[in-house]
Amino acid sequence: MIQQVENPVLEVHDLTVSYDKKPVLWGIDLSVPKGAIAGIVGPNGAGKSTLIKSIMGLTALSSGYVKIFDQELNEVRQRVSYVPQRESVDWDFPASVFDVVLMGRYSKIGLFKRPRKADTEAALFALKQVGMDKFKDRQISQLSGGQQQRVFLARALTQQADIYFMDEPFAGVDAATEKAIIQILKKLSEDGKTVIVVHHDLQSVSTYFDWVIMLNLRLVASGPTDQIFTSELLEETYGGKLTLLSEVGELMKKGQYPSRDKQ
Amino acid sequence: MDSLIIIATGSLVAVCGSILGCFLILRKMAMVSDAISHAVLPGIVIAFMLGSDLDSAWMLVGAGLVGVLTTFLIEFFHQHGKLQTDASIGVTFTWLFAIGVILVTYYAGDAHIDQDCVLYGEIAYVPIDPIILSNGQVLGPKALIVLGGVLVIILVCIIPFYKEFFLTTFDPSFAIATGVSASLWHYVLMSLVSITTVASFESVGAILVVAFLIVPPATAYLLTNRLHYMILLSCGFGILSAILGYYLAYAIDGSIAGAMATIAGLVFGVVFIIAKYLEKSRRIAEMEELSLASK
Amino acid sequence: MNLETFIEFFSLQNPNVRYVVLGSVLLSISSAIVGCFTFLKKKALLGDVVSHAVLPGICISFMVSGTKDPFILIIGAFLSGWLSIIVLDYIVANSKIKEDTATGLSLSVFFGIGILLLTVIQHSGNAAQTGLDSFLFGKAAALVGKDLLAFSIIATVILIVVFFFYKEFKLVCFDQEYAKSIGLPVKKIELLLTSITVLAVVTGIQAVGVVLMAAMLITPAAAGKFWTNRLSIMLLLASVFGAFSGIAGAYISYAAPSMPTGPWIVMILSFIAILSFFFAPEKGILIKLFKQRKIRNQLLEENLLKSFYKIGEMNEDFTASRSNEELIEIRRFSSAQFKAGLSRLSSQGFIKKENSTWSLTQEGFQKGMRVVKLHRLWELYLTKYLRIAPDHVHEDADTIEHVITPEIEERLEKLLEYPEADPHSSNIPYQ
Repeated sequence: MIQQVENPVLEVHDLTVSYDKKPVLWGIDLSVPKGAIAGIVGPNGAGKSTLIKSIMGLTALSSGYVKIFDQELNEVRQRVSYVPQRESVDWDFPASVFDVVLMGRYSKIGLFKRPRKADTEAALFALKQVGMDKFKDRQISQLSGGQQQRVFLARALTQQADIYFMDEPFAGVDAATEKAIIQILKKLSEDGKTVIVVHHDLQSVSTYFDWVIMLNLRLVASGPTDQIFTSELLEETYGGKLTLLSEVGELMKKGQYPSRDKQ
Repeated sequence: MDSLIIIATGSLVAVCGSILGCFLILRKMAMVSDAISHAVLPGIVIAFMLGSDLDSAWMLVGAGLVGVLTTFLIEFFHQHGKLQTDASIGVTFTWLFAIGVILVTYYAGDAHIDQDCVLYGEIAYVPIDPIILSNGQVLGPKALIVLGGVLVIILVCIIPFYKEFFLTTFDPSFAIATGVSASLWHYVLMSLVSITTVASFESVGAILVVAFLIVPPATAYLLTNRLHYMILLSCGFGILSAILGYYLAYAIDGSIAGAMATIAGLVFGVVFIIAKYLEKSRRIAEMEELSLASK
Repeated sequence: MNLETFIEFFSLQNPNVRYVVLGSVLLSISSAIVGCFTFLKKKALLGDVVSHAVLPGICISFMVSGTKDPFILIIGAFLSGWLSIIVLDYIVANSKIKEDTATGLSLSVFFGIGILLLTVIQHSGNAAQTGLDSFLFGKAAALVGKDLLAFSIIATVILIVVFFFYKEFKLVCFDQEYAKSIGLPVKKIELLLTSITVLAVVTGIQAVGVVLMAAMLITPAAAGKFWTNRLSIMLLLASVFGAFSGIAGAYISYAAPSMPTGPWIVMILSFIAILSFFFAPEKGILIKLFKQRKIRNQLLEENLLKSFYKIGEMNEDFTASRSNEELIEIRRFSSAQFKAGLSRLSSQGFIKKENSTWSLTQEGFQKGMRVVKLHRLWELYLTKYLRIAPDHVHEDADTIEHVITPEIEERLEKLLEYPEADPHSSNIPYQ
């Protein structure tokens, strides 16, 4: 059950991603409508983060292409925001909360230039939105997991993008933070922005997301939550691995076959 | 006068090292800088054989390239040979260093470069090796002038692009996602490290320059929560080590560079203990606050 | 190279040569073996730290004892080498400083102290000190009987320890958590491993010097790892590489006395590692390139046969001759590849040449048909099980058709229940 939409803000076309020649995502075709809050779900190792990373150009594609607002990523970077996994950075880094949030403005500021007043104000506003303005001078290692996640979210908000990609924003955060984050996401969606979130907790899927993408090395389903989020499709996503598929993947790795025949 | 020149030279090495070292240790690349500092040896010897001067601009350009080559080799063995990073560092720099030592011994007669100089340099010779212009005017000690030039290069590369270095060091994947090239700034940094190594080579040698790259930044890291303070503090510790090191060497008649590294280590030890104590009292205060709050 | 020198050297008549050769071999083997374990523990740079850190210990031993007796110096070296590791671990465990920084810090500070002490000793005018600095660059070419005795004892100790604790070391390097869970005293085993690492370094450093000692530990292990995945074979290979480099290095500096032994040992070791990196079976880069070439050829040939089959399918005649133009119309091939592929296929007996046209042999027909069948089976599999739209399955199938083994082919047929048509309703051929 893969529903394609007219005029998508995100279009992933026949995307294959391989690590060491072994495909970890096979032929993904999906599209997401404007204003959606989309959750990417699937078991561990299903390629959820890989999907986001390849959309953001952080992982090389073996085939296919990605279009955001019907354009190449490089054309629209200013309109795209990315929230990496919290564990991907060293929180002992000598930086304050404000320093980190201001990073969201760097690409708008440009080379050589220093942050202007407008940038610091945008950063302060974002901090207020996530309820962290009191902590703006705090060193980032002195924050709880939930607070760190809020800082990352604030950094993304300062980018004032039109589409947001978030890698597990709810992992290891307290209930209050989770609630605060989801409220912000709903607000973004009301303003016509699109949010795509890698998510782990199946319990909350139907209340958080209006669009669901189910992944397990291949795309199992993509569409509105009320139609897609069925026990049948969940079972298919989390249940049997396609052994034939993974064996062929192993063979490709072993033989170092080129992922796509380029003759 | 001589002692002032020596201290100034040591301080310049310390300042160059501190600025770069802060980024290196935050990028977890301290050992890569160790590798680069060894790997520039064959480059230096070859440049010598070609008749170029240790302080010439060409030597610095060459050093920059060798540094990039070393980083590239380490990456290459790691990615294509599936060799873990630490082993890849070890294999690469020992190999290049061995080539360097063989070349040094082979050409020992031709160039005034010897094995000891490779390891710990001789900063005491700095004052007696001045740059003399063609009209006979004495410009000043060569090593001092070259290091001053290197410091200017470092400042010119870091200050305007401070925010790019900051961003790519803290969160490279976010940087790439916003269109900032992480690898560009990576290679710029590595080139600067190589240039600094070569410029400091005569005065402190290949290994002790590592002490200036790593120890003061690590000391500063213990004390501060902001990158710019860390850099300033690190420069301060570096200069302090240079000054105290000079007098220590003078007092016991030993290698000045060795004494500077010794003092840097000592300063680290003292700061480490203080930082641990501060941390402990902060924790106790927090606990008390908590227990008061719960009452 | 001079045959006389060669014979003179390898007859081992000269006692000096004997010392140097034996010493270098013992050192190389014991450090190679210890190095394999530190390599597998991903602590390869530990040896680098220790080798720099022994210098202050050596100097202090000398200052206290006033002699250069290798046994006394080794005790001092051992202690300060150990201390550097303790300092390193303590910093990592008790502060936010990360391992690589602590490594560099420990290494450079200990070395700085060592240099300071060494220069102090040198400047003190003590006549007994000459030769202490051989620890910096090694003095493999000047080993004497007493050094050799010390080396032999230490090498024997290391080998005995490794022999008796082989299983334990292996487990601790491979899976520390598991080792803990089955009740092994992991801490003590690590302690033992660190001790023999320090021992190996302390002795090795006298042959190759401070900086290059790291290579004696890491490089043989890295080279060995390219050839095998089994620890026992890796240990054996690393020792052989080490021993060979030891002898070769000693020979080079014997034949050309201006040449330093230590750096040449490391040069040869690095050379072996680089050769392994390129040529080792399975993991070597050239072998991989070679394999890829082979695969490219396979793809080309199978794609050509597939084109033949498809033309045959369209014309309902599989045996007729086809011209180059007809083939290229089905699928675009680069002209050089096209010619090379056709001539290989004809020499393998899959196609026949008639004038300037080609026709399939019975074998070529079978093979072309199989590829087409796999292509279509896989397309069906993708649409059915991966829900990929029929207009997107072609590219993937174009790759996978070459990968599928007969065993997977059979399972695919069964899973799809011997289908008759692919998603584009093309016929799936069976024999």
